[in-house]
Amino acid sequence: MATLEIHDLHVSVEADNGPQEILRGVNLTVKQGETHAIMGPNGSGKSTLAYSLAGHPKYTVTGGTVTLDGENVLEMSVDERARAGVFLAMQYPVEVPGVSVSNFLRTSATAIRGEAPKLRLWVKEVKAAMERLSIDPVFAERNVNEGFSGGEKKRHEILQLELLRPKIAVLDETDSGLDVDALRVVSDGVNRVRESGEVGTLLITHYTRILRYIKPDFVHVFAHGRIAESGGAELADKLENEGYEAYVKGGATS
Amino acid sequence: MAENTPAGSTTDGAIQVGGAPQPIDARVSAPASYDVADFPVPHGREEEWRFTPLERLRGLHDGTAEAKGGLRIDVDAPEGVTVETVDRQDPRLGRAGKPVDRVAAQAYSAFEKASVISVPKDTVLTEPVRIGVHGEGGVAFAHQVIELGAFAEALVVIDHTGDATLAANVEFVVGDGAKLTVVSVQDWDDEAVHVAQHTALVGRDASFKSVIVTFGGDLVRLQPRITYAGPGGEAELYGLYFTDDGQHQEHRLFVDHDAPHCRSNVVYKGALQGQGAHAVWIGDVLIRAAAEGTDTYELNRNLVLTDGARVDSVPNLEIETGEIVGAGHASATGRFDDEQLFYLMARGIPADEARRLVVRGFFAELVQQIGIPDVEERLLTKIEAELEASVG
Repeated sequence: MATLEIHDLHVSVEADNGPQEILRGVNLTVKQGETHAIMGPNGSGKSTLAYSLAGHPKYTVTGGTVTLDGENVLEMSVDERARAGVFLAMQYPVEVPGVSVSNFLRTSATAIRGEAPKLRLWVKEVKAAMERLSIDPVFAERNVNEGFSGGEKKRHEILQLELLRPKIAVLDETDSGLDVDALRVVSDGVNRVRESGEVGTLLITHYTRILRYIKPDFVHVFAHGRIAESGGAELADKLENEGYEAYVKGGATS
Repeated sequence: MAENTPAGSTTDGAIQVGGAPQPIDARVSAPASYDVADFPVPHGREEEWRFTPLERLRGLHDGTAEAKGGLRIDVDAPEGVTVETVDRQDPRLGRAGKPVDRVAAQAYSAFEKASVISVPKDTVLTEPVRIGVHGEGGVAFAHQVIELGAFAEALVVIDHTGDATLAANVEFVVGDGAKLTVVSVQDWDDEAVHVAQHTALVGRDASFKSVIVTFGGDLVRLQPRITYAGPGGEAELYGLYFTDDGQHQEHRLFVDHDAPHCRSNVVYKGALQGQGAHAVWIGDVLIRAAAEGTDTYELNRNLVLTDGARVDSVPNLEIETGEIVGAGHASATGRFDDEQLFYLMARGIPADEARRLVVRGFFAELVQQIGIPDVEERLLTKIEAELEASVG
């Protein structure tokens, strides 16, 4: 069973006045089949955790370990991490001019699966996945994320999640900027992947709204670059009623 | 992509409607002429020379270049095509248009023999005419005329290889109702210098399609120019360039809409990588008062793959009549940036493959315009090789 273990993770970014520590000792274990919600105020380091796990070059790991089934994730390049089974659904997916969605998806699936999917089956697979996410088939011929609305970008991220079937899925504020209908479509997509029981999900969000559709097994409150409190789904209800104030107080935060 | 313009690049085009302070054809430092003596030696600040590193022209611009080099021209033409080598006095030379700058006039004043390739009227070729221009080092001046009679149809591939310091004029005289496609591949060795004017005279209801593919050379400066001999003509000008470390590749287009109901469509795309890679694209379109019913569009896109490369992209559209179907231009220079690379890699795609995916996608629509499978294949191979060099 796949397990992602984050131990005492420290991460810095380069700021105008030198390196600034964003993550200050994160400990978290995510197992296949589990869903962990990471909630926290703006600037608490949630997105930094997501990008650090995927290996974004902007973030420097200054201490701690991240392993996937015992393998050192931090030593892997970005593409190696993806092929090892780590998937990051991005908050702000990037436009890639000149590359069509269909070409992108096939190239990516080929890289992740280690062989090119059989064309006939692949076309069916993509078509079905797009239908489930209410994505217009013409999207296949559009350039990746170019001119997509916010909701279309998020659905495109979840489409990739469904097709690439990672071991660990990190969803970075996938709910932000979505209206209720789009949120439901996207959540249904995430739930389909979760129901397979083969993915460990790290759901990073600012709001409790998405947790009505995606039920977490664990909720962690993130503050000042580390996990301040952990609990079950009931912790989300507490946050819904009381907000983050109890965690923001007493520490410098943006 | 426009918001992502790399430092040092320009995209400062203009659209001028009527009464322009400095019309396109007045921005040059001397009127067009066959005689090199009619042009002053450029010093580099002239509008038409301001982007070109004159010191790398090896004297083509100042009269010091002497024609001592070797240039081999092989023409492989299907049946029905006449291929001739003619003297300077041949009346078929110089009909498409005059040289517009000093180097083109130098070439016109200095060539000894010219090639004339003629496709008789009503002849429709099913195989391309292939012209191999192979440089064997040193300075050469060349002149070629490709002529299609009325309603003839032909596809011509001009393939430049080897090492040369070449100044040349190529004329295309396209008869009424004829269709000519020309693919000019600049696949020079690293040291080559190539400056050429491609002048097309497009007949009534004729179509001319030019595909310029520039990869090699130290300095390549090409000037495709279009004039219309009658109404109803159509010109499609496509270009694709891959500018590497230290290379200067300059494409200066001029479409002179002087006849009514003609069309022109320009699409040039370039990828750049490496220190000192410099691409220049000038797209001048002039719609004269007589050219009612004109429909024109020009587009230049550049993809900068690494730091240290520079693009100057300048579309100019000048309109002297309001009675047109359409006129427009666009220029954009973007980077293949770290965020795009991260996004593709985060989906398991290795860095070199990610770069290849983006560049192939960027060029795909243009490669398809060539319409000759072996040239398309060679081009894709070439693009791969250029990319290998960048990541290796």
